Amino acid sequence: MAHIPDGVLSMPVLAAGIAVSAAGCAYGLKRLHPDRIPQVGVLSSVFFVASLVHFPVGPSSVHLILNGLTGVALGWAAFPAILVALLLQAVLFGFGGLVVLGVNVMNMAVPAVLCGLAFRRVRRAFPGNARAAVTAAALAGAAGVLLTGLAVAASLALSGREFLTAAQLVVLTHLPVMVIEAVFTAAAVGLVLRVKPAVLDDPAPSDDEDGEEPP
Amino acid sequence: MTAIADTGMSGRTSLDGAVLGPSLDPVWGEGGGADPRLRVVGAALFALLVVALQHLPALLAALAMAGGAAVTVRLPLGATVRRLLAMDGFMVLALASLPFTVPGAPLAVGGMALPPLSAPGTWQALTILAKANAVMLMTLALVGALGPVRLGRTLARLGAPDKLVHLFLFTVRYLDVLNREYRRLRTAMRARGFVAGANRHTWRSIGWLFGMLMVRSLERSERIAAAMRCRGFTGRFPNLADDRPLSARDWGIGLAALAAMAALGLVDVLW
Repeated sequence: MAHIPDGVLSMPVLAAGIAVSAAGCAYGLKRLHPDRIPQVGVLSSVFFVASLVHFPVGPSSVHLILNGLTGVALGWAAFPAILVALLLQAVLFGFGGLVVLGVNVMNMAVPAVLCGLAFRRVRRAFPGNARAAVTAAALAGAAGVLLTGLAVAASLALSGREFLTAAQLVVLTHLPVMVIEAVFTAAAVGLVLRVKPAVLDDPAPSDDEDGEEPP
Repeated sequence: MTAIADTGMSGRTSLDGAVLGPSLDPVWGEGGGADPRLRVVGAALFALLVVALQHLPALLAALAMAGGAAVTVRLPLGATVRRLLAMDGFMVLALASLPFTVPGAPLAVGGMALPPLSAPGTWQALTILAKANAVMLMTLALVGALGPVRLGRTLARLGAPDKLVHLFLFTVRYLDVLNREYRRLRTAMRARGFVAGANRHTWRSIGWLFGMLMVRSLERSERIAAAMRCRGFTGRFPNLADDRPLSARDWGIGLAALAAMAALGLVDVLW
């Protein structure tokens, strides 16, 4: 239930979500060099398709959130990428409302960026160590889901005490997704590291230009 | 644009067999209808207004307005109802606890009190349900029916940052390509006897599939970038800056919509 519909949350929570998401997207776009836009766009389509896949769990099925993997692959660009994905889902499928878009983006993108930064730190600390990178990816996959679940629960709980039960349910339903997503993210990152490790390299050099075109 | 439009309404891809992808086709063509900018701004204003409404009668009127808009743009009935029900089923999880957790007088139906259910909690749950459905229906009618490509261009005309619009258009453009590639790889897995289940093998195999998709799509994006530079791409799509002014008819529709929304707000305040 990472897509909160409209009408549930209180005004202060909605306003905080819009403020955080606007700031995060502005910073993410500023750091995004125009030459990387095709790369980021194509990768976010991959994550969009992957998040529509339903995995069977018991009698029901779950779909992945993939914000851990998005953060690992895109870094700060995860903010605008998640905004685009959630806007498309709201408009095409009705997943999540319009006014809560800010809160929904915040709940997914802040964990994504944190996971991405942590993953890059691990890779820099253990250069060339594939096992450390894959372990970090598994943790990023699980942490992305866990933090999103907690953020959704917090958005609900801060909107009114009567939502506490619902908030606890939300955290509970995220637990199976956490396990699946840890295994999934570790496998995806492991494969990318073996086939084309440059994909996950820190794009720091182009970031230093702050997204400005050279004159 | 795509062959998946016929299945594309639920936005859900099952691991087994039947694959449902996103529909990228606008429900209607370029002609007719109000200026797309009006539709996007109108949907946003409507959502803000509905979220702020307090009373059920005004919300039911808002729901009726959204239904009217959906009929006007001829949203497909079955698919729209299925989406609304999917969201409502989802929300029951969050709302079912409200009649029990909100303090207040017990709910009375036809003079008979139902003690564990509180009346304010039940009303609050109904209010939230009405808000969510009204906003979603209006969004699908005004913005969803535009189709994502026109939505991207409309966002550009409304002053969204160039980089965000380009990212949006790239994502939309490659969704369909990658959905097909995903299905090709899945068919290959099925041909090798892969059966999806709730086990580590399934999760790892699908993880490898998407790892492969990431690598391939990155190589594709390098070719795209090279081809765009070849054609003299300088960081702007020239045709995004199409600035036709609003017609008299657009002004009429816009003012009528504003008046209807103002009336809705007034009903809510006076109730």
